[in-house]
Amino acid sequence: MNTENPSGVRINPATARASQEIRAAVPPQKKSNATNTNHAIFSLNDVSVSYGDFIAVSKVNMEIPSHSITAFIGPSGCGKSTLIRSLNRTNDLIPGAKVGGKIMYEGIDLYASDSDAVEVRRRIGMVFQKPNPFPKSIYDNVAFGPRVNYRQSKSELDGIVESSLKSAALWDEVKNRLKESALGLSGGQQQRLCIARSLAVNPDVILMDEPCSALDPIATMKIEDLMIELAEKYTIVIVTHNMQQASRVASYTAFFSTEVNPDNDRRTGQLVEFDDTRNIFLNPTDPRTEAYVTGRVG
Amino acid sequence: MSTISLKRNLSRSRLFKENFFRVLVSLSIFFALGFILFVVFILFLQSRGALNLDLFRNFPSARPANAGIQSAIFGSIWVVGIAALVAVPIGIVAAIFLEEFINPNNRIAKIIDLNVRNLAGVPAVVFGMVGLAFIARGSLGWGFTVGTAALVLAMMILPVVIIVSRESIRAVPSSLRDGSLALGATQWQTVWRTVMPSALPSIATGAILSVSRAMGESAPLLLLGALAFVTYNPESLDSDYTILPLIIFRYASDAKEEFHAIAAATSLVLMAILFLMNLTAILIRDRSQRKA
Amino acid sequence: MGSGAVFSVVVTFLIIFSLIPTTIRFLQEVGTKVFGTSWGPLFEPATFGLLPLIIGTMWVVIIAVIVAVPLGLAAAIYMSEYAAPTTRRIVKPVVEVLAGIPTVVLGLFGLYFVNPELVQKYWPIGEPTAYTALGAGLVTGILILPIVATISDDAMRSVPGGLREAAFALGSTRSEVATKVVVGASLSGIMAAVILAVSRAFGETTVALMVAGSYAQLTLNPGDAMQTMASFIGFAGIGDQPVDSTGYRTIFFVGSMLFTITWILNIIALKVIKRFREVYE
Repeated sequence: MNTENPSGVRINPATARASQEIRAAVPPQKKSNATNTNHAIFSLNDVSVSYGDFIAVSKVNMEIPSHSITAFIGPSGCGKSTLIRSLNRTNDLIPGAKVGGKIMYEGIDLYASDSDAVEVRRRIGMVFQKPNPFPKSIYDNVAFGPRVNYRQSKSELDGIVESSLKSAALWDEVKNRLKESALGLSGGQQQRLCIARSLAVNPDVILMDEPCSALDPIATMKIEDLMIELAEKYTIVIVTHNMQQASRVASYTAFFSTEVNPDNDRRTGQLVEFDDTRNIFLNPTDPRTEAYVTGRVG
Repeated sequence: MSTISLKRNLSRSRLFKENFFRVLVSLSIFFALGFILFVVFILFLQSRGALNLDLFRNFPSARPANAGIQSAIFGSIWVVGIAALVAVPIGIVAAIFLEEFINPNNRIAKIIDLNVRNLAGVPAVVFGMVGLAFIARGSLGWGFTVGTAALVLAMMILPVVIIVSRESIRAVPSSLRDGSLALGATQWQTVWRTVMPSALPSIATGAILSVSRAMGESAPLLLLGALAFVTYNPESLDSDYTILPLIIFRYASDAKEEFHAIAAATSLVLMAILFLMNLTAILIRDRSQRKA
Repeated sequence: MGSGAVFSVVVTFLIIFSLIPTTIRFLQEVGTKVFGTSWGPLFEPATFGLLPLIIGTMWVVIIAVIVAVPLGLAAAIYMSEYAAPTTRRIVKPVVEVLAGIPTVVLGLFGLYFVNPELVQKYWPIGEPTAYTALGAGLVTGILILPIVATISDDAMRSVPGGLREAAFALGSTRSEVATKVVVGASLSGIMAAVILAVSRAFGETTVALMVAGSYAQLTLNPGDAMQTMASFIGFAGIGDQPVDSTGYRTIFFVGSMLFTITWILNIIALKVIKRFREVYE
């Protein structure tokens, strides 16, 4: 059966059902924590990121609010990962990567000549798609950041490790085996360990690049619950391929798509629409957004 | 308006460690480069006028003014050339056999692999001893001749040729093989027409590097008579011989200072030859990688 | 066609068969005299105490390792963690050229420069002559440096980039990522590199012969001339020892010791490399 749609195109019933699930799942507008004003923590002005002469994403203008979860969604190759990596200057590590436009963090230009990438990354942490714990013990993984950045006594360090693991909902599972290798944990546990590791340096923002795509549904659920909890204290930006996930956890969603560059036939990513998650899924402005979230495309 | 700053916030000791470390590791490369240049510089200084065409025209002599290295040049060409002619084809064929026609999980295959890898790490002088026991004396009894030297060097570079050729063959994507077999080619045809042309540049690079290593070897042939005072070019496998590295050794150890200049000059010649060989190998490797 | 592969096995057997019988005959003749402190098998009367050879070899190897490991590791860290791709394409050949310098040329360098201009002028202990173990150790160290550098570089480059990204994302500096994450993760590969370099240092004949001399004296001062196992074989082999004479047997006895030591070291290194590859593949 056809669901109603303005352009009269037939929709695959399965995806239509899925999109109805998404719409049902979008919770009422999340209100931010009253004690922290929900201001724009990131301000992107005409931002583009390129590798050599390949432009991965261009002309991005958006403001990311603090103490909430913002999701980047869109089809493959639209530059979501590239963009999120430029938010903490991880792209600096790739030779030939260039960022055009301005990315402001709390009013300061991230890429100013006197902005130090090390300090940027201490404040803006990142969790990656494939969990990447160091081949060390669980304790040493979480303690790595504090040991490198600060000087603290052993008991202070123990305290930081414990509170980070508790904040990442992992403490109870590992408290008796902190000295064991982190590689012995399951995928979901390793990812929570990576989150604990990021929390240990007391960042303001946690970026997550498809954090659950390598995990099973139960592990994914645990991490989504964790994200919602963490959003009360931190700002979270996540890239996800999974629309349901975005609708479940994110207060704000940015939809990206690709555009073919007429000059050289290469695709460049573009920000299509950025809004409250409810609006993106239930009442999108741009037809491309609607096509994506209703399952016609992508 | 904001109270935070993104300026560099490293503690003094962290900043110092970062800068110190960066300088340290860069220095190591400068040391390597500087060392090479310095050695060449010292050799030029020491060769004081001995670096001229007479070096190539003359044969070793008791009088420094008449001494040259012609017998060593031809000796090296003979010995290394024959060693290469023996070791490279056998090595390549053995590599093809081990990579394409043998099941890698076969126990014997694993033993052979381990064996070849170990042989590649055996000190060169041990090969000289084997040559002494079985080739120069012992069962073959060839004495201290070109043939003995060539066979010993061939033994020495064979494992390296096998290892490098195997890696080159392994680097050929299996999709190429599968495609050829799917068209009805036999395994031998696949190897000859598809795999080998693709692996050839890499194998050539490895072969040239092995041969250049053989050219610079001194220890094994020290035991096999290459230090002898030879004033004529080799004429057959039975000839006495000397080689470039050992004529350097001979001149350098001589009591008369004048011979030291010849040793230095010959060192420059040897290094130039090796440099050209390695350059050729690297160019082949680079050109084929760029095509890929 | 399989003959080529079999050939290598044949060579191994030849090595063993050349070494073992002669070694046995040597030991039967000499026996416990190897525990003496004087090494002079080619003299009259012949002495066979191994201690001077062992100490000479140890000095050269230890000094070589002290030179090669820090420098080689630093070069590897630079190539793997710091150099941009274009820089790396220039730097790697430099290390390869260093590896390609013939041992006899390095021996010349040791004889003409290191001993007279460095050791003889600045070594405070004793009276260094034209031949010193220190000089041989320094030059051998530079000889084995490329082994440490290239194998460690390979090991470090196979550490997954995700580990580095994670460390950077925690606010680490590049030196911290290199020393606290990459080196730790590639440690077994680095160990294999060092073991292979040590094995090479044990077997180096020409440099030891030209720079440390052929005087097998028992001394603890590296500024003195010494003889190593490998340089003894070279030295004794120059003169044409009649087959199965004492000198001949001694050569093969020392040769089997050398072969055994390097064989064991190489096997250990290969096992370590194999286990390292399994972890990262």
